[in-house]
Amino acid sequence: MPEHRLLLRRHLGVDFTKLENYLKHGGFKMWAKALELGPDGVTAEVKASGLRGRGGAGFPTGMKWGFLPKDNRPRYLVVNADEGEPGTFKDRYFLEEDPFRQLEGILLGAYAINAHTCYIYIRGEYWNSKNVTEDAIQQLYKANWLGKNIQGSGFDLDVYVHSGAGAYICGEETALIESIEGKPGMPRLKPPFPANIGVFSMPTIVNNTETLAAVPVILEMGAQAWSDLGSPRNGGTKLVGVAGHVKNPGLFEVPMGTPMREIIYELGGGILDDREILAVIPGGSSCPFLTKDEIDVAMDFDALKTKGSMLGTACITVIAEGTDLIKVMGRVAKFYQHESCGQCTPCRQGTGWLHAIAQKLDQGAAGEEAIDLLIDACNQIDGNTICAHGEAAAWPIRSIAKKFRPQLEAAIRARLAAA
Amino acid sequence: MSEAMPDTPQFSTANKQKIVELLTRYPRSQGALIPVLWLAQDQFGWLSTPVMELVAAELKLSVTSVLATAMFYTMLYKKPHGRFHVQICTNVSCYLRGSDDIVAMAREVLGIEPGQTSSDGLFTLEEVQCLCACERAPTLQINQDDYFRVTPESLRELLTNLQTVGAKLGPRPGWVDEALAGHGSHEHGGHHHA
Repeated sequence: MPEHRLLLRRHLGVDFTKLENYLKHGGFKMWAKALELGPDGVTAEVKASGLRGRGGAGFPTGMKWGFLPKDNRPRYLVVNADEGEPGTFKDRYFLEEDPFRQLEGILLGAYAINAHTCYIYIRGEYWNSKNVTEDAIQQLYKANWLGKNIQGSGFDLDVYVHSGAGAYICGEETALIESIEGKPGMPRLKPPFPANIGVFSMPTIVNNTETLAAVPVILEMGAQAWSDLGSPRNGGTKLVGVAGHVKNPGLFEVPMGTPMREIIYELGGGILDDREILAVIPGGSSCPFLTKDEIDVAMDFDALKTKGSMLGTACITVIAEGTDLIKVMGRVAKFYQHESCGQCTPCRQGTGWLHAIAQKLDQGAAGEEAIDLLIDACNQIDGNTICAHGEAAAWPIRSIAKKFRPQLEAAIRARLAAA
Repeated sequence: MSEAMPDTPQFSTANKQKIVELLTRYPRSQGALIPVLWLAQDQFGWLSTPVMELVAAELKLSVTSVLATAMFYTMLYKKPHGRFHVQICTNVSCYLRGSDDIVAMAREVLGIEPGQTSSDGLFTLEEVQCLCACERAPTLQINQDDYFRVTPESLRELLTNLQTVGAKLGPRPGWVDEALAGHGSHEHGGHHHA
């Protein structure tokens, strides 16, 4: 079995929502080390580890922290816990089952960047996550792991949960910032980047939940040991999910670069009813789909790019042979239309077109030429919008239209014959 | 508008205290807007125009900015909702695991279509986007509770139980049957059962 557990520790059977249990298992030990290293030392260690953002973009975390301007404006640390990418279920683990791991990472990260306020932006639908995380925060205040003069160090930090309210786009970091400011979650033009002008116009670092949860682990094992675990330029372990048509759906942890096939067939237990794979979505529905011949790929940021797709959130959706791809495409198109914030015309209109064409196809009211229309619409969205939502819609749908054309054509013919 | 009406909404004492605390968390009062809209929705059932005016006054914001934000977020209700908000995920992972059968069962038991609220104010049925528990699909959420690995039979039992519970509880505060009340009913107030 390729699992390597550093972050995921359900198997211990410990209730990690209680601070005493978290402390008993080595929790907050890295605070002393951080004070020894100093803020720049912590940043240097994270930089040296090569840790790349676990939200999906894979941007080097230490480098991001280094972008903060050297001035005296107040800084903010913002946690992106707006988990909403269809197919994804990894940050929920920390938020509900091991909340202090993220909170220790927040303390270390805030210390490194000299922020004294942190907002954890949790998606609105995650009621349990919000309750557990809020409760964990209260436990930390009582034990002086948050608040003024933390453990006598002279460092102050306030952490607040900020609930989303049902908008996928707020997972985009500038939309998330707008949402914390109480506005509609419409992404901002960059530059300026949040490191300079972020939440409430102040320098801001936005990190994903899993990214921050990894920081205490990196400090403990050392940057070198962490980066040695993964593939080159893709250090460490990664939470990976397997869902869809597999026998053993679940959340696992593997070194970055573990072969996708092993994750699907060994951890995921193989395909339901021992069917063949039709398609695989590597890390949430905004990733281009892979065919069954493309799954011999390492699960890391760079290898999946060479296959024309993305690691994304590394939560894999497996689609077995016999599945109606017109239906699947319809669900994808409907989602991105519903979640488009509407400020850029190519995305607002284009996602509507994608959904409308997908519906026509499903109703048997469009022929094979509609596949070309889909590709054309995708091409007109791609690259023409403020944020990546347009591509998130266009790329997967174009990949279905191009790579699975024979299956789509068969499904279209079957519908036309029935009509 | 409604300020002269006897039931002009007012925040409860507990919520007023919460708002004071929320305002300390943000350097600008608008930062507290979404948290305060959540409090308002919890107390009044949904965000009618008078409720949004109240929120605007409380945070010293324009009504327009409150409205713009409230309109953007699907979980902030701009119309009355049923006591039980049945939200069934129909995105890819749940579709692959049979969510169409789950929606069909909900329609059969509740007698309403997705997007509709039952005329007794007890149930709103909705197809929603990924709830991000795909390894336990199909999933649904009713108010703040998650349900995983749902089957049509387990859903029938769950909804039947809620029908019994709901008959005793009645609708949410602020319930108005829009079909009976007609257009702009909330402008006249008079429907708050809180």
